[in-house]
Amino acid sequence: MINYLIKRVLWMIPLLIGISLISFFIMHLAPGDITNNEAAFNPKASEESRQKLRELYNLDKPVIVQYGLWLKRMVTLDFGNSFASHRKPVFWQTTDKDGNITKGMIQEALPITLLINVLGLIITLTLAIPLGIIAAQKYMGWQDKSITLFNFIGFSIPGFWLSLLLMYWLGVVNDWFPISGIHSLNYDSLSTFGKMKDLLSHLFLPVVIPSVTGLAGITLFVKNGMLDVLQQDYITTARAKGLSEHKVVYTHALRNALLPLITIIGLSIPGLIGGSVIAETIFAIPGMGKLFFDAVTSRDFPVVMGILTIGSALTLIGNLVADLAYAWADPRVRRGVVRE
Amino acid sequence: MQQNIFLKALSNPLALAGFVIILLVFLLAMLAPLIAPYDPEFFNVKEILLPPSISHWMGTDGLGRDVLSRMLYGARISLLVGLVAVGISTAIGIILGAIAGYYRGWVDTFIMRLVDVMLSIPSFFLILAVIAFLTPSIINIMIVIGLTSWMGVTRLVRAEFLSLADREFVLASRTLGAKDFRLIFTHLLPNSLTPIIVSSVLGVASAVLLESGLSFLGLGVQAPQASWGNILTDGKEYIQFAWWLSLFPGMAILLTVLGYNLLGEGLRDALDPRSNARK
Repeated sequence: MINYLIKRVLWMIPLLIGISLISFFIMHLAPGDITNNEAAFNPKASEESRQKLRELYNLDKPVIVQYGLWLKRMVTLDFGNSFASHRKPVFWQTTDKDGNITKGMIQEALPITLLINVLGLIITLTLAIPLGIIAAQKYMGWQDKSITLFNFIGFSIPGFWLSLLLMYWLGVVNDWFPISGIHSLNYDSLSTFGKMKDLLSHLFLPVVIPSVTGLAGITLFVKNGMLDVLQQDYITTARAKGLSEHKVVYTHALRNALLPLITIIGLSIPGLIGGSVIAETIFAIPGMGKLFFDAVTSRDFPVVMGILTIGSALTLIGNLVADLAYAWADPRVRRGVVRE
Repeated sequence: MQQNIFLKALSNPLALAGFVIILLVFLLAMLAPLIAPYDPEFFNVKEILLPPSISHWMGTDGLGRDVLSRMLYGARISLLVGLVAVGISTAIGIILGAIAGYYRGWVDTFIMRLVDVMLSIPSFFLILAVIAFLTPSIINIMIVIGLTSWMGVTRLVRAEFLSLADREFVLASRTLGAKDFRLIFTHLLPNSLTPIIVSSVLGVASAVLLESGLSFLGLGVQAPQASWGNILTDGKEYIQFAWWLSLFPGMAILLTVLGYNLLGEGLRDALDPRSNARK
């Protein structure tokens, strides 16, 4: 297990280098001198401050040296300050000489996106697992066929269109849910319970919509996993010794059918992070997606680079955790009978 | 063999429905200049935000443009972007997958690590960044979607090549002195073609979704040119007064993507002996 862990962590190093190369390449894709953009946002930007920026990114040095120095800063998680938003730090809070703390942009945005995705994942799983089991048990029956049809629609529906429709129906026509932001205007005057309720009602639409569109994939996965497991010999044995079908399905088959789900959840992390852009933009949620979109449209390079790197690092960490969880949950891997 | 699989897939009613939907959308897109009742970019200030009626079947938008005409021209964009983007990603995937699967060794390791790297960067972030730093245009969208979605095909082609390489007909041909080029193009590639086609059809579905999402965010097809995604941007702006601006383009995207998904899954079922055994 320890050997596996070490191997798995070492394996991430070439990936991190690859990711940093691609991120660095993208920054240099933009035509012209990136200091022009800084100047455009700040009318007071003097030749002196532009020179400072060139020094920050070492634009006067050869590209390979630029990359090396940039990589050095990435390793220490120093992503610099935003061009556009009053020079806020990109990643983590800083304290100036008077002791004032300025919060980092990713520091503020990341918990919101994580909260939305975790809540969404919980909803998806609580619905998808029972649906998948039903589809597998009633394979080719009407229940399976309706779930399959639902899956096809779930795969094909544009999430942002569903958001617009539900926003119109639940937020505009009926006024049941707030359609923008994560807090009401009177948030600060609410009690702790009131604050929770306010936050949850704001998060309802942004959480529910992605979980509905994500439902299709997981349901299909559970169904196929169940169908595969139900054909195994040990299931036939369990049936042959006269166990009830209920017991066969829920105690013998389900555990093994759900194991690969751990990997799938790990693999879906980049999609979830990337998918947050559209939902957060529509509902004006100040998370990673909206932050990234705003940074991209205002060409705020340090923020774009910071989010690309942090987003990819999160993906790698997520995959690592998923692999370890799989190894822990599957006794065959845990005891080293089967490798990986 | 390929024709058989296609016919077998079409005997499945869902796959047939998908095929018919795609055929219809293609037909409407091709005939757009003939059947569109108005010029899609002509705006009439006297007819702003009219609800659907006999003269404007799908109503008009905030600039008084006919939505039906814009929808028909928008279909051309969706289909074009979907096909070209997938063409690019499939070409890259075949080349890299073939090299990795045929030559193996360090080239294989390098290509597969590249795949892992690309898969760990949230692809929507990557696409947004590249498109915004270049300028949004149809060509750039097609290229960028293509350049960020080749990983699946690469893995697929590599796996096919690895499993075919030890088959007797390949060994026989190699023993007879066939060169790499001949082995790849006359034996390995043709035998890997059907799964590649399936994954391409499903790839078009996600490319169409991606394009509409980008256009919706304003980073895709630029006004005044019509695309389903940018009609929906108007739909969001006028959501309180003009439901037709949101309903029709969304339905069109849903149906087109559904068509590709149904056809793709139908083909996959026809290919996969395991799924046949279950029936």
